[in-house]
Amino acid sequence: MTSTTDHAAIGRKDLIDIESLSGEELRFILDKTPLFKDVMRRKTKKVPVLRGKHVLTLFYEPSTRTRSSFEIAAKRLSADVTNFTVSTSSVVKGETVVDTISTLQSLQVDFIIVRHSAAGIANLIAKHSPASVINAGDGFHAHPTQALLDAYTIEERLGGVAGKRVIIVGDILHSRVARSTSMILRKLGAKVAVLGPGPLIPDERHDDIVALRDFKEAFEWKPDVIYLLRIQLERQKDQFFPSLHEYHRLYGVTDDRLKHIRKEGIWIMHPGPVNRGVELVDDVMHYEKCLINEQVENGIAARMSVLYWLQLGSLKREDG
Amino acid sequence: MPPAGKWRFAGATKSARHLHFAKAPFKVLFMPEGLNDEATELLNATQFDATLRRLAWQILEHHPERKLAFVGIRRRGVPLAARMKSLVAERSPDVALGEVDITFHRDDPDNIEAMLQLGRSRVDIPDLDERCVILFDDVIYTGRTIRAAIDDLLDFGRPAKIELAVVVDRGHRELPIQPDYVGLSHRTGPGEYIRVSLQEEDGRDGVYLHQTKRTPA
Repeated sequence: MTSTTDHAAIGRKDLIDIESLSGEELRFILDKTPLFKDVMRRKTKKVPVLRGKHVLTLFYEPSTRTRSSFEIAAKRLSADVTNFTVSTSSVVKGETVVDTISTLQSLQVDFIIVRHSAAGIANLIAKHSPASVINAGDGFHAHPTQALLDAYTIEERLGGVAGKRVIIVGDILHSRVARSTSMILRKLGAKVAVLGPGPLIPDERHDDIVALRDFKEAFEWKPDVIYLLRIQLERQKDQFFPSLHEYHRLYGVTDDRLKHIRKEGIWIMHPGPVNRGVELVDDVMHYEKCLINEQVENGIAARMSVLYWLQLGSLKREDG
Repeated sequence: MPPAGKWRFAGATKSARHLHFAKAPFKVLFMPEGLNDEATELLNATQFDATLRRLAWQILEHHPERKLAFVGIRRRGVPLAARMKSLVAERSPDVALGEVDITFHRDDPDNIEAMLQLGRSRVDIPDLDERCVILFDDVIYTGRTIRAAIDDLLDFGRPAKIELAVVVDRGHRELPIQPDYVGLSHRTGPGEYIRVSLQEEDGRDGVYLHQTKRTPA
């Protein structure tokens, strides 16, 4: 017998952000994620659940990791995948996003995975397309699958999210990861704090998010997890902090801080790709409580779970 | 005393022996949704136990080499496989145990109710390729579940052989798949449904024949 909570959890067409997801929806995706992780442990790492479905990745911003993660997730569910990248598309010829969508729509795709530098583009595409749209990052707005994989990783390794204390370190202001991940963690009952250079900490933030001034305060806050954000080197021209060296000294995981982290048994997370010597020193990558590689693996499983969830949603909408 | 032929299962006051002699059809009190509560008992708890023991003997007889793995098909096949393992434990202590969920391999992936029941397959058997796998399910009907279960199992390796054991064969196959070990054959008529009740899942052992208006699953 299927439970009514499961029924309440399906029906949505798109995954645009974490904010709009209900508790049932979050639970459904997170609870199914380990089943998809198991698929990757099989000798044949592929199941025919999305056979005959077509997934299109539409990336207006470069990202090898996220795009590959989605592509692998879709392929492990036996979907066909087409990668539509900016450099090879007609975007350079001046086609608008909506025109591109109507063109792509004639390809009869079932899922569109979109990344764009402007907030709201995923939502715009979702409104203009009958396909299920998954936001793979839109500007500073949201990156919901990153949030799901982060929440799942904490849940799996720390035995739950509720009551856990997580510090997010780095450029909070410009980070859709910080926005989505802090959102999901708070929804699941974690305590979230932020740490970073003053100009990169948003003035407007949720009341229950603590802003910490330095690592001394951070350690006193007794975190379970330190979540390091990637410093986007390409944004460094805006000079939000004096230098990368300075950033590392003040907000990076240095050798000394790693000693303390090891002593306290604090977990380390990072959405990747890491800038060694900026957010963290090399040794962090060998630290036994560094979850960075697990995040990558869980990313595929969480995205498989999202595809499955949206597929059930489209079945339910067809049923009326 | 209820009138003859109208026995009620009022808790565990009547022994299985009494039920065996009850005239069918009779009433049972706990019933899954959608089934008429008029049920005919095809096997009582004692007969059920004897049936499983017979299946266990047949399996052992066919496998003197004893390189076995018992894999249950979720859900009711799983406790069946485990119980079968304990039944053969004395003569064949080294039986590997596993379970498969068929959802990933269903041939009706647009069946939303079925797809919602996604569960976990656990086939953690390192020497799977050297073992003969006996798949267990409570009832075989169209054979489609078994096809999906075989496909799921093959994702984990290439067993030396795969066989199938069921408690009830209710006929009406839609695929060329036949069980190797059958507890009871009962070809169902229109509107008939077989319910296998297990101690582990349902609180008592037995096989019942129900009338239903629902499309049998």
